[in-house]
Amino acid sequence: MTLITLTPFDLALASSLVLLLALLSWRLQLGVERQLLIAAVRSAVQLILIGFVLKLLFAQSNAFFIGLLALLMLSVAGFEVMSRQQRRFTGLWGYGIGALSMFLSSFSVALITLWVILQPDPWYTPQYAIPLLGMLLGNTMTGIALSLDNLTRTAWDKRHQIEAQLLLGHDARQAIGSIRREALRSGLIPIINSMAAAGIVSLPGMMTGQILAGSPPLEAAKYQLLIMFLIASGTGLGSMAAIWSGSNRLFDERQRLRLDRLTK
Amino acid sequence: MPQLRLKQFSPLILEPLDLVIDEGETVTLSGPSGSGKSQLLRAIADLDPHNGTAWIGDSAADEMPAPQWRHKVGYLPAESSWWEELVGVHFSQTPQLHALGLTETILHSSVAHISSGERQRLAVLRMLQQQPQILLLDEPTANLDPHHTLLVEEWILKYQQHHGAPILWVSHDPEQRQRVGVRHFEIRDKQVMQT
Repeated sequence: MTLITLTPFDLALASSLVLLLALLSWRLQLGVERQLLIAAVRSAVQLILIGFVLKLLFAQSNAFFIGLLALLMLSVAGFEVMSRQQRRFTGLWGYGIGALSMFLSSFSVALITLWVILQPDPWYTPQYAIPLLGMLLGNTMTGIALSLDNLTRTAWDKRHQIEAQLLLGHDARQAIGSIRREALRSGLIPIINSMAAAGIVSLPGMMTGQILAGSPPLEAAKYQLLIMFLIASGTGLGSMAAIWSGSNRLFDERQRLRLDRLTK
Repeated sequence: MPQLRLKQFSPLILEPLDLVIDEGETVTLSGPSGSGKSQLLRAIADLDPHNGTAWIGDSAADEMPAPQWRHKVGYLPAESSWWEELVGVHFSQTPQLHALGLTETILHSSVAHISSGERQRLAVLRMLQQQPQILLLDEPTANLDPHHTLLVEEWILKYQQHHGAPILWVSHDPEQRQRVGVRHFEIRDKQVMQT
């Protein structure tokens, strides 16, 4: 089975469906046509661009440029995590906690996978390294953003309960324990749900892509499983790191709850 | 000997304060709302950053871990807070409910379903259960009727007689200040002054 190459005409046909939707939105006064078209154009430009970048990168297999792209992906993901916080930490912490947790979890899980499981030669072969890292970053980003947002919002809402426990001589770890557990849960729920629904309710995007590209379904399923396990562990580790450092930052050296370290 | 001593102590928004409250002594504090009464109590309990030092007897706050300090300090905020659903879970042993006009059934109630006056009396019992060496009370009877106000005052002063605890008592009520306190302070223009 060979890959059916998409022509610009094929894509134009598909995009006409989006145009039709935009037209409908305009006629029905739904008010989303502008956003819809902008997002569609953005996705077209960004994906074609990254296609070119990857093409260059795959041809060169230059470790420096691969590293550079990886860092660029990480820094954008860091901003994404920060912008999803209702109450974020002030100063560099607001960016640093999310970005560092993502770096620790995504990069370490990606490296372990490349070194131990896939073992391409060289280990940074971009056909493996970049998609793997992209999948991991995209998913840990969601998990970390949810966990951190949940942690800081709940700490703010329950500040009096936390301080009531501090006043009785409980230490900070006890006083925020249940809030930390709940925050971690909220970060892990999406990946748990998608693992539970995989194959029955939904065919995951990556597996679909591999099948369309001509891979035998069972091979595609195995890769999908690998990715899901990696995503689950990466998201879990990343969320734990973010919650650990976030909840430490919420208290100072005298175990006072320092909500002045958060900003709207 | 549990004596509360503050030296050049200020919760950042107030002028520095030197104050000694002796064993078994009650000092009252008043002042307009927003003047910093609660901030002073919070700072003594080491809940907020502050300047200066606080001692109980010979031990300074910053010479011991914060949880240990807060365990010695009985700070009763104006609004009590409860982190579990059921009242009873917040107590390590059955408190002396009858002394404050409560009964055992309240321990099985949900915190959301009891009145603010009941919560306030329970908060007094919860605070005293940790056997604090000093008491910082922020309007402990604000939500109570005259009968229960007197019960709570009596119970707190009885605790003081047994343990010799110095008390810093914030009250809006001039009559209550006369009943419980010997020395009286007021916050005016960021200054804590004796009246």
